[in-house]
Amino acid sequence: MSFIFLLTVFILAVFVGYHVVWSVTPALHTPLMSVTNAISGVVIVGAIIAAGSEAINTSTILGIAAVALASVNVFGGFIVTHRMLSKFRKKAK
Amino acid sequence: MIYANIAGLSYLIASVLFILALKGLSHPETARRGNFFAIIGMALAVVVTLAAPDVNNYVLILIAVIIGGSVGTTIALKIKMTDLPQLVAMLHSLVGLAAVLIAKSAFYAPERYGIGSAGAIHLNSLIEMSLGDAIGAITFTGSIIAFAKLQGIMSGSPITFKGQHALNALLAFAIVALTVYFCISQDPIVFWIITLLSIIIGVTLIIPIGGADMPVIVSMLNSYSGWAAAGIGFTLQNNLLIIAGAVIGSSGAILSYIMCKAMNRSFLNVLFGGFGTGDSSGAASSAQQAHERGANVGSVEDAAFLMKQASNVIIVPGYGMAVAQAQNAVKEMGELLLAAGISVKYAIHPVAGRMPGHMNVLLADANVPYDLVFEMDDINSEFSSCDVAFVMGANDVTNPAAKDPKSPIAGMPILEVERAATVLFCKRSLGIGYAGIDNELFYRPNTMMLLGDAKDTADKLVRALKGTSH
Repeated sequence: MSFIFLLTVFILAVFVGYHVVWSVTPALHTPLMSVTNAISGVVIVGAIIAAGSEAINTSTILGIAAVALASVNVFGGFIVTHRMLSKFRKKAK
Repeated sequence: MIYANIAGLSYLIASVLFILALKGLSHPETARRGNFFAIIGMALAVVVTLAAPDVNNYVLILIAVIIGGSVGTTIALKIKMTDLPQLVAMLHSLVGLAAVLIAKSAFYAPERYGIGSAGAIHLNSLIEMSLGDAIGAITFTGSIIAFAKLQGIMSGSPITFKGQHALNALLAFAIVALTVYFCISQDPIVFWIITLLSIIIGVTLIIPIGGADMPVIVSMLNSYSGWAAAGIGFTLQNNLLIIAGAVIGSSGAILSYIMCKAMNRSFLNVLFGGFGTGDSSGAASSAQQAHERGANVGSVEDAAFLMKQASNVIIVPGYGMAVAQAQNAVKEMGELLLAAGISVKYAIHPVAGRMPGHMNVLLADANVPYDLVFEMDDINSEFSSCDVAFVMGANDVTNPAAKDPKSPIAGMPILEVERAATVLFCKRSLGIGYAGIDNELFYRPNTMMLLGDAKDTADKLVRALKGTSH
């Protein structure tokens, strides 16, 4: 993939992010942060590719360590977001 | 070729699901569904990547996921809601470190990502790799310092020293110069030195920032963690990482902007200003001294009486409430007032707490319904028609000095509690706030000070309110 193509995707995504995030209600800014914590764990995709090499070498070991780190984010981020969001309740009528 | 198409399509679906997850956060009702969208997106991305023909080592990968996953799950289930900023800071640092490791891994095995071969990596890949690596390393140590300050391992006061800005500038220059040299030489030692310098600048950038500026810093590091992920996405030529990283990067940037605006300070001023005293304490003054300075110190019974007579009460919680763990008592107080037919609302300043939206989560945790909780802009007009404004553990965000152009907090938007008929100020002392300035509200005739620990005062108020209702 050419650099220009990747850059196009990047810039457009920045715009999408800009508009979507402004629509987030300020009351949910903490869950926004924790869910982005979880989503940033998507670097696990890159880590798996590095870790998946048949030959065990420096690159594989670094990749496996990165898989473990990113997993903390994915699990920790999604679970804590769920915990928080389940507490937001309306007034009982 | 078939796999590449399936993977590309799955990554696209995952990207859309991530964006929908953030979109869901526009309202508490749709937010939970949004979180599930993101989980599905993540699962899809991971499964598709594992199915790649050249991915093996399933056992090792699985062990890594189990170790990381159980650590993450345990912490997420056990963390107290007051400690959320620390958890978020810790998760930022882990993404940063993961980005560094992946960048290194790509450098040592470039053929796995199709970006050249060892010693002959494409130039643009080298640039992207070193960017992802440097941003990741800064996020890593910067977040560790933020974590230490939030957790109280490190003092919340700014650490400044002579030549700090010069040192940071020198480090930044060295990182840029070495990156240029690395792109030409592809020397692994140079790559590691760039990482090392980035690790150092992560520390030196964050230590001068005071505790109450943490909402800006946590948001900024949130943004960095996104840019680091995007940098890795460029290196690995992976659209999913680029999209997720870009969205997170702009999300953190917007939050930083909102926080700065709520303090009427520029981002650069927060970063380099060395502002604030660290903690809002000041010298503890006794009730005697308070009288001498003209403050009207009331008793809990007086306060309970005033609230019982009111027809509407606005509660203004600040970080002091969280520190004293008073949110449950405050909620009970609010319920007693509601039961007595008094209208109760909660008003939240954007920078209350140690991260954006922190107070909202704490109130939700104490079972305060979210439709009673209002943002500053939505409730400010209501103070003038309100009988009692009950301020707990907030100071600078209510200080009318913000309207004085000569004040250090000039122009900062405040909750206009001074317009209320009576202001009840629950505070440990008449000490100065984080901004280091006196609050003239303490000495106004319509203000009554309730001196003491927030939780203690709220508990007593609950008892007093119960007492008068029977």
